[in-house]
Amino acid sequence: MKLWQKNLLLFILVVVISIVPLFIARGSEFGGADGEAEGLITEINSDYEPWAASWFEPPSGEIESLLFALQAAIGAGVIGFGFGRLSAKHKAGETT
Amino acid sequence: MKKKQIDERKIIKFSVFVSVILAQPMTFSSAMHIMEGYLPPVWSISWGALCIPFVVAGFFSIKRKIAGNSRMLLLLAMCGAFAFVLSALKLPSVTGSCSHPTGVGLGAVMFGPAATSVLGVIVLLFQAILLAHGGLTTLGANTFSMGIAGPFAAFGIYQLFKKLKAPAAVAVFFAAFIGDLFTYVVTSFQLAAAFPDTVGGVMASAVKFLGVFAVTQLPLAISEGLLTVIVYQGIKKYSRSELDLLKAV
Repeated sequence: MKLWQKNLLLFILVVVISIVPLFIARGSEFGGADGEAEGLITEINSDYEPWAASWFEPPSGEIESLLFALQAAIGAGVIGFGFGRLSAKHKAGETT
Repeated sequence: MKKKQIDERKIIKFSVFVSVILAQPMTFSSAMHIMEGYLPPVWSISWGALCIPFVVAGFFSIKRKIAGNSRMLLLLAMCGAFAFVLSALKLPSVTGSCSHPTGVGLGAVMFGPAATSVLGVIVLLFQAILLAHGGLTTLGANTFSMGIAGPFAAFGIYQLFKKLKAPAAVAVFFAAFIGDLFTYVVTSFQLAAAFPDTVGGVMASAVKFLGVFAVTQLPLAISEGLLTVIVYQGIKKYSRSELDLLKAV
């Protein structure tokens, strides 16, 4: 099997692993696990007051997802650029 | 060259010293990201202090590894970018809640855990400052779990599998898988140490936090392992000689 075929298979597996929970835990809220931990802290120690707040909160869910998408896009861009360079150099190395 | 090495060691030693002094108030021998303000000040400072020597050592490790080889810098940037992408992906899990992978396994396998701690700090700073995810007061604790504990676990597992002569892809999968899970185990203990259960103490509290994080993280850790293998195999195909140099094949 070629590398891209293997990788495609692995990638499909990742997609499946990510979709299956939507059916298994149907009707759940799919909130963040860190938010649940926050709830647990208040449950264990109800007197606890967070002593600092983020200096910048994304004003809405849309803005927040924009920033997360931006983070992923920057990362994916760099990885893509990297692979482009690596494969070009690899080819150049083969011909010389 | 000799003199430079001594300086490096001196700086790392000094950072350990600073770390030990500042981490004094920690009574517990050893805090997904912990949210801003959700770790009492003593813990914030202690975890931050504990990270200093690792990050300093990582800085030098990076400097040494990328010296004179532009492809190394490119590979390091790709490892950082991989952590950037993966920690931005909030994935649904079987528990009906969402969490995100860490993406630090790739860096740990290729450049070692110390170098990866620097990448971890960068990702966590970005998320703390721009996304209100994690926080500046919890940066130390989160760096320790995601940038140090996770990568060290990943690196250890990778070395172990290599010794057992497992194929590289299998070793990388388990390294990233365990690294991801271990990050959240450490997070649970960090929270438990700061918020012990009134009845059962730290352990009872740890079990509760693990209940929130560990099961949710399990499928995500598998995904992280698979994605890490995909990128690793690609790098191996196109940049074999660098991986040989890094002893990461």
